Amino acid sequence: MDYATILQILDSAVRLMVPLLLACLAGLWSERAGVFDIGLEGKMLIAAFASAAAAAAAGQVWIGLAAGIAASLALAGVHGLASITFRGNQLISGVAINFLASGLTVLLGQTWFGLGGRTPALEGAARFGTWHLPGAEALRGIPLIGQFYADVLSGHTPLVYVAMLAVPLTWWVLLRTRFGLRLRAVGENPASVDTAGVSVTRLRWTAVGLAGLLCGIAGAYLATGLSAGFVKEMTAGRGFIALAALIFANWRPWRALGATFLFGLMEAVANRWPELDLGPVTIPSMFMNALPYILTVIILAGFIGRATPPRAGGEPYVKER
Amino acid sequence: MTRPPRWADVVLTPLISLALAFALSALVILAIGESPWLALRTMVTGALGSSYGWGYTLYYATNFIFTGLAVAVAYHASLFNIGGEGQATMGGLGVALVALALPWPHWGLALPAAVVGAALFGAAWALVPAWLQAKRGSHIVITTIMFNFIAAAVLNYVLVNVMRPVGSMDPASARFPEGTRLPRLTDMAAGIGIEWGKATPANITFLIALAACALVWVLIWRTPLGYEIRAFGRSERAARYAGISPVRITVVAMLISGGLAGLMAINNVMGEAGRLVLNHVEGAGFIGIAVALMGRNHPFGILLAALLFGFLYQGGGELALWTSIPRELIVVIQALVILFTGALDNMVRMLIAPLFGRRA
Repeated sequence: MDYATILQILDSAVRLMVPLLLACLAGLWSERAGVFDIGLEGKMLIAAFASAAAAAAAGQVWIGLAAGIAASLALAGVHGLASITFRGNQLISGVAINFLASGLTVLLGQTWFGLGGRTPALEGAARFGTWHLPGAEALRGIPLIGQFYADVLSGHTPLVYVAMLAVPLTWWVLLRTRFGLRLRAVGENPASVDTAGVSVTRLRWTAVGLAGLLCGIAGAYLATGLSAGFVKEMTAGRGFIALAALIFANWRPWRALGATFLFGLMEAVANRWPELDLGPVTIPSMFMNALPYILTVIILAGFIGRATPPRAGGEPYVKER
Repeated sequence: MTRPPRWADVVLTPLISLALAFALSALVILAIGESPWLALRTMVTGALGSSYGWGYTLYYATNFIFTGLAVAVAYHASLFNIGGEGQATMGGLGVALVALALPWPHWGLALPAAVVGAALFGAAWALVPAWLQAKRGSHIVITTIMFNFIAAAVLNYVLVNVMRPVGSMDPASARFPEGTRLPRLTDMAAGIGIEWGKATPANITFLIALAACALVWVLIWRTPLGYEIRAFGRSERAARYAGISPVRITVVAMLISGGLAGLMAINNVMGEAGRLVLNHVEGAGFIGIAVALMGRNHPFGILLAALLFGFLYQGGGELALWTSIPRELIVVIQALVILFTGALDNMVRMLIAPLFGRRA
């Protein structure tokens, strides 16, 4: 395996990690505020559909992005209504949202476009183009580092850089601002936040909204950046891999970057070598595909590290009278 | 907050949730420019208007009874088993291994063996998440989701690399021997001289599903184990104080749950397909969640809810056949039922509470 192949794999890993990273950060915001979110998959899926449909209709990818975020926010609103306002079961609400997205995208897609649930292929301004970082071509001549800069770091769609910037931003807001402190407190001990005179409901709604925003970007990236249009069930379990990455990252932003890169890398390797030949044994592609899930179970079991979720996660907050 | 009386909570809440789900679905149908009335009529005629429709409705309902019971048994122990899909997938593997192991002379011998195989494989697939929840505190919802994906990968591997007959391109097992063919309900009706449900896959498994409903009722409400499961589900601390082992109840409840989900494969793999194919569960494991919520985790409620979803499933197929409404409409209705009965149930209760004006 030469250096060019390694760069190709890394480049592909970066592309594939982006939806995972955005969804993982979405889950991080929601769960740090004490609202479980297994509806990441559904929110991404509906955003992917809405962005592809709007981009196809308007011919403008930015309108697609806005539509994707709006659709994801709508489902986040359902989740907030069920789990915050009406204090319902957050897990069941997430399950419902996943099915709602799965059904609605095909139903509307088939009605509007009649292509069996696909949207028309996007081209030109209806897709995200690539951005080249300053000096990428000039530095390509430098061996190793220059090539890495030009091939792996440069030449991605804008949303890739948005996702990368979302990590330090999440870290800073969550761990270095008063808002972030309160939000984390709501996920650990909402009664204390309430006693301090801060609205638990409002903080949780904000967190759920942020999760909707990030899932919206993730979905739009899938349909208009990574591929050229929406395909039925195109999220293909990425929302759950993001959930796995969130546990892997122990609900921390920088580790989320590492975890999603690892899972992106696995997907990239599995795509390149469906049957990974390691000399004496050949690893079947099914094993590579299932690896994120297997790893998550092992992490959850506490055999490597220990998963410590936010303490008040999943419990609706009932104000004392 | 005012609370409606118990009977209203049990009967009205699911019905109003269903009405809300149907009303919203009607809006969706209107939005895509079709007539909700025509859609309903097509579904009713297609699913209930003939013995053919009924045959399919009962066939689907059989699947949903098993997966619904699976969710309910775990739910009584306050465990949310989203893994019915994976457990049923593995149940199918158990059925196929049993069916292909011997040249079965008669279905009467093959059926009990396949029941054991299906239940064992389903239960085994629930064992690891259960054990991890009980011993290591890993959240059962997440582990069962992960096990769904792992089960799909295992089935894919086994079908492509192990069970696929030589020379076949299709990722499926060989056909089961003739002696494993289960009697169809149509044959049984013909036996007593009635022509009913020609060419439909409804088979004897429906009767096993009814028996399972009765057995689950006895288990949950008439045995010490059922009492322990319910006590544990209500309050883990109280149960522990009463000397009930949380590890034992968690594991046993999940084994029963997984076994029930696995039994579904008797119906679709052995009763219908006659061989094991990829993704044979087709989402029935997830529909079990809607069925259990709608049926309020009671076997009789689950039977009714499973029939309702069987009707929706068969009706949805007819809808796709005769109108331009895709069958994914059913997924939307399913999602809305789950949403209203399971997550927005407090909202529905608030809607009906003023009718009774009682304070609790």
